[in-house]
Amino acid sequence: MMNTKSLYQEVILDHNRKPRNYGVLDHPSHHAVGHNPLCGDRLDIALNLENGQINNIAFQGESCAICKASASMMTAAVKGKTRSDAETLIQEFREMAMGERDLNHPHHLGHLTVFSGIRDLPTRVKCAILPWHTLHAALNALSSVSTEADNDPVQNAASHPEALNRQANS
Amino acid sequence: MVSANATLAKVTPRINTILDTDKIRADFPILDIKVGNKPLVYLDNAASSQMPQQVIDRLVRYQTAQHANINRAVHYLSEVATLEYEHARRRVQQFVNAQEDREIIFTSGTTDSINLVMHGYGRKFIEAGDEIILTTLEHHSNIVPWQMLAKEKGAVIRVVPINDAGELDIDAYEKLFNERTKFVSLIHVSNALGTINPVKQMIAYAHQQNVPVLIDGAQATPHMTVDVQDLDCDFYVFSAHKLCGPTGIGMLYGKAALLEAMQPYKGGGDMIASVTFEETTYADIPHKFEAGTPPIAAAIGFGAAIDYLCSVGMDQIAAYELDLLNYATEQINEIKGASIIGTAAHKTAVISFTLDGIHPHDIGTLLNEDGVAIRTGHHCAQPVMQRFNVPATSRASFAFYNNKTEVDALITGIRMVQKVFL
Repeated sequence: MMNTKSLYQEVILDHNRKPRNYGVLDHPSHHAVGHNPLCGDRLDIALNLENGQINNIAFQGESCAICKASASMMTAAVKGKTRSDAETLIQEFREMAMGERDLNHPHHLGHLTVFSGIRDLPTRVKCAILPWHTLHAALNALSSVSTEADNDPVQNAASHPEALNRQANS
Repeated sequence: MVSANATLAKVTPRINTILDTDKIRADFPILDIKVGNKPLVYLDNAASSQMPQQVIDRLVRYQTAQHANINRAVHYLSEVATLEYEHARRRVQQFVNAQEDREIIFTSGTTDSINLVMHGYGRKFIEAGDEIILTTLEHHSNIVPWQMLAKEKGAVIRVVPINDAGELDIDAYEKLFNERTKFVSLIHVSNALGTINPVKQMIAYAHQQNVPVLIDGAQATPHMTVDVQDLDCDFYVFSAHKLCGPTGIGMLYGKAALLEAMQPYKGGGDMIASVTFEETTYADIPHKFEAGTPPIAAAIGFGAAIDYLCSVGMDQIAAYELDLLNYATEQINEIKGASIIGTAAHKTAVISFTLDGIHPHDIGTLLNEDGVAIRTGHHCAQPVMQRFNVPATSRASFAFYNNKTEVDALITGIRMVQKVFL
């Protein structure tokens, strides 16, 4: 069994207190909301895709430290990447978190392997995966923003001007 | 704590210590397991309690020497199984002091019992425009069935609010009544907060308005003496697995006249008097509501669990757990950044808490590293979470086999979690 405390210490010290790319985007081309009803975790992911490349991405939400750190590291990892590179990472991360990937074989996960031990915490796997599922949903959304008014990041930003000030910071 | 001792001294003058927890703990084999390399500290009793060897042995004895289907054959085993099953019903009857054993219906648990009343009583007697009173403290199992009924019938749900301590607003409750009020369904003890509601007073008020009352006693029966005749409730429901019994079995108490007036919930074998393709005559209560082969072993285990609890003594359990609650509450109150949600004057040994800046699921995962099992989440009581504006809490819930050493382990664990997040 992995040492959960050291996972927390490694991941939390950094990303939970100083999440990267935390905030909202002004006019995202892609957006999705992820929800984990069991924990009550909720995550908004917004990104700008130009010429097949993610040139900006931001996330926001209420979640546990594992989910928040995973989202933070994910946004940092996919920023500047092509859509297909991002999809590859999504696939590799999901497989790693579920213990279905042998990390001795070539992969693109880099620092994200810090989450490899999450497979030993089956009840928390979905916390780590939620951001990746949400990114996948955003990239595959047909419309550029969610059709649900409640989830409309543009509208949310307009009605919460302070949110605009928490723009992506990296 | 002094007062808890004093109360107990009155109840059981024979013993000096509150409960012989070492002896009690020895009855529960699961308490000896290790989680990783740490001893288990099981503080998730409000979700499900553990089973003593006496109940395990009873289940084994039934399966090894007494099992057959009940109410059917004339052979030896069927007679023994039927007698033991009905004996268990009488143990449940005595446990809640019901007038007659036919007022006790075996169900699959609290949720099933509430659904039985919703279908058997609600669907027969509640009509469009009628109002059903629930409270903010309800478990989802006492919300969703009534919402389904309200949707089907065009009935209306009214909700009793709570104050900041997590206590029901009784004035508001009384003001909710009007000529359209047809049913009250309320939780005896809050699973999320531990609040003990003044159900006797609330039942009396409802009865003044001729409104029947169902009490969800899932979190009350493991921790205190319950007397349905004294409460004068119309229905009382609870599960065995929260009081050291097996899962898959629970009970519905209903006043005989009400149960007789109700329609059956499930059709099938065992619940009939006679069947032709033209018509079926239903059996008398309780069998009318027990279609199909019931969980016989579980029912017998339920009876054995009641025997076990009664051998410890419900009043002793209540006094001991109050002492444990007070001890744990004091300790948690001393932790900077910890807030207890639910500070009612009358509580069972349940402590819901939050830690500043730390999500409950992270608390739960890190406490598990130290072998400490608590529940984290919304506790199937999302309206309570919404009332306190939190997505989730951490909940430590105690049983009579827990001790102060385990409270200390919880406190040490919480401080460790805070250190990780420092």
